[in-house]
Amino acid sequence: MALIYTEEQEMLRDAAKGFLNDAAPVSSFRALRDSGDALGWSRELWGQMAQMGWAGILVEEQYGGLDFGLNGAALILEEMGRNLTASPFLASSVIAATALRGASDDTKANWLPKLAQGKAVIALALEEGVKHDPSATSMVATKSGNGYRLNGAKSYVFEGIEADGLLVLARTDGSSGDETGLSLFMLDANAKGLSADAVKLLDQRNYANFTFDDVEVSGGDLIGKEGAGLSMLEPALNAGRIGLSAEMLGASLQCFETTTEYLKERKQFGQVIGSFQGLQHRSAHLYSELELVRSAVLKAAQDFENTPKHAGMIASLAKAKSGEVAILAANEGVQMLGGIGMTDELDMGLYMKRIRAAQELLGDYSFHANRFAKLRGF
Amino acid sequence: MSDLEAFQQQTRAWLEENCPKSMRSPMRSEADACWGGRNAKFSSDDQKNWLDRMGAKGWTAPEWPKEYGGGGLDKEQAKILKQEMVRIKARPPLQSFGVWMLGPALLKFGSEEQKKHFLPPIVRGEIRWCQGYSEPGAGSDLASLQTKCEDKGDHFLINGQKIWTSYADQSDWIFCLVRTDREASKHLGISFVLFDMASSGVSTKPITLISGKSPFCETFFDDVKVPKQQLVGTLNRGWDIAKYLLTHEREMIGASGGSSSGTRSLGEIAVTALGANENGELIDTALRSKIASAEIDGWAFLLTMERTKDEAKAGQGVGARSSMLKYYGTELNKRRFELMMASKGLSALEWEGDASNDGQLARQWLRTKGNSIEGGTSEVQLNIISKRILGLPDPKMV
Repeated sequence: MALIYTEEQEMLRDAAKGFLNDAAPVSSFRALRDSGDALGWSRELWGQMAQMGWAGILVEEQYGGLDFGLNGAALILEEMGRNLTASPFLASSVIAATALRGASDDTKANWLPKLAQGKAVIALALEEGVKHDPSATSMVATKSGNGYRLNGAKSYVFEGIEADGLLVLARTDGSSGDETGLSLFMLDANAKGLSADAVKLLDQRNYANFTFDDVEVSGGDLIGKEGAGLSMLEPALNAGRIGLSAEMLGASLQCFETTTEYLKERKQFGQVIGSFQGLQHRSAHLYSELELVRSAVLKAAQDFENTPKHAGMIASLAKAKSGEVAILAANEGVQMLGGIGMTDELDMGLYMKRIRAAQELLGDYSFHANRFAKLRGF
Repeated sequence: MSDLEAFQQQTRAWLEENCPKSMRSPMRSEADACWGGRNAKFSSDDQKNWLDRMGAKGWTAPEWPKEYGGGGLDKEQAKILKQEMVRIKARPPLQSFGVWMLGPALLKFGSEEQKKHFLPPIVRGEIRWCQGYSEPGAGSDLASLQTKCEDKGDHFLINGQKIWTSYADQSDWIFCLVRTDREASKHLGISFVLFDMASSGVSTKPITLISGKSPFCETFFDDVKVPKQQLVGTLNRGWDIAKYLLTHEREMIGASGGSSSGTRSLGEIAVTALGANENGELIDTALRSKIASAEIDGWAFLLTMERTKDEAKAGQGVGARSSMLKYYGTELNKRRFELMMASKGLSALEWEGDASNDGQLARQWLRTKGNSIEGGTSEVQLNIISKRILGLPDPKMV
């Protein structure tokens, strides 16, 4: 398969770019932040996105989705990254929609149509420590009659505030660190015994910490077989990682282009600073790195759809590389903008903060470089 | 059966019949490479037969038109030929600056007569070419070259010196940049000429590099007479051809960077050399991190090469992006060799002896240091990216 975007994908990108530039530019994210909005994203904007079919972009047609493929979702996320658009798209439409592919028909029928219409938001309750590490999960799911009882805590769940549903990874066997003995559950966020606390992170998005106190889930809410939770979740994690990579690519490109424009305008010592080789070479290096990120993100999304066997390795490649380069793009942006780059008035800092969060979510450079090495046999 | 499937079957059958068994293993060293030429030294009859057969079929230059001796294959067919050759591990029948560099330039800028005269012997490996570009005073600033070419009525007279001429001492002909107008601005007084290295007044002197022997030479021209029909393209517009070829060269040099699925990964090399823990992880954890980073960048770079090719096929220009490939690919290659040296430790330092194949790794490692210098330094590539792609203004030159 050629490593280029198809015409259909280019059309989707153009549509996404046009819509987001108009309806959700950085200024609207800034306004949302300044208003102290608890949800962290706009229901009105999300409704419009859902109208265009984005909410169900990965959902099968029989449940009202577009079944467009991850490459399309990645393109939307890239444009969202450029505009710092906050929405439940990544959590619900990319990660949860992918995880639910392995769910029972009942669970699918119960959740997917609502998800595809943007009427239900589903978040992934996964992390328990400060670093991404699914196998470290220690939350316990104990057999209880026909179902299970969940006890424990999940932290930094993005789009967890006001979520309608939660995907939860819990331990039905073994202990923290084991890759086996984990099971994946789909539960209603209004379930009894479940409580959420908002937690504010630097990127001003929606995050929650959850406490589970004897939360009952039925056997039918188990996704896949008991003990197979990690392998059930793996494709969803990879989709999320690729999605985050695409978002970071968009955010990095925006930082880079803003910086390059500034280099052509700002004068010091009687000339535009972009004529200084010290800055030119750093910019040209960053340009080169961004080309590599673009290739990795495109390949990762293609392989996710067409070569699932490779998907994990390429997803790790994309997540590691995009995070590394995004940090560079934001750092170079602030440095080259100089003093004004440090001010809240300019957007560069907003990008820097979102990039910092996005590169940490679902595994940072170390996590993915380590995983890449393991998968490559060293 | 589709035409392509039929072509694949025919190709497979032809290779099966014509590729000698001894030519079906990776080249072990430079001695296994076949460069052809008037004074070709073949290491075996098989090597000569393999070149002759492929040359007769035009498959040493598969995509060149048949009328110029080429294979006349389209892109899809050429890809199949390549795949089939890889399948049986066939060695390249010919290494040739004629095929890689001069041919593409002649196809684009040469006269019909020149194409008919010069291309077929290149395909058959009968004439070995070298490239006369750099001069002692014209390195990164190549366009300031001074080799003088005067119009003497019925011929050109060339005087000057070239440097870093690869294999000049073993080549039959040279394609050469010369100054034909000293008054014009530096880019507009350069011409592209071809001449026989056996011409009176041509002499060469090999250069020894830090890695030991090298293919590079100094090349001297002392009143060399060149027939005027050996000018390629328009007089004083040779820089256009030079730029075209430099772009081409950058892509080729860039392509040597990165790892590929066919070669052993750095990780494997290190594990073999140093060992792994019970989880199969390289025992030197700091080195493992560095290798992982280099492998990630290597993969992402290879994907970028692939994407660039696919975009070119889809009609999008490569243009100045070749500078990015050259820059990144060569820097990456240097990193890879640093890590290979680290993986092999003290044994990597061996310079002589059978165990190290006379210090092959150490010499390769040293040789990679030139990758980011030859064909335009990394710094020149970054200048080109800044100017052509990012649109940043020229630095003020002192």
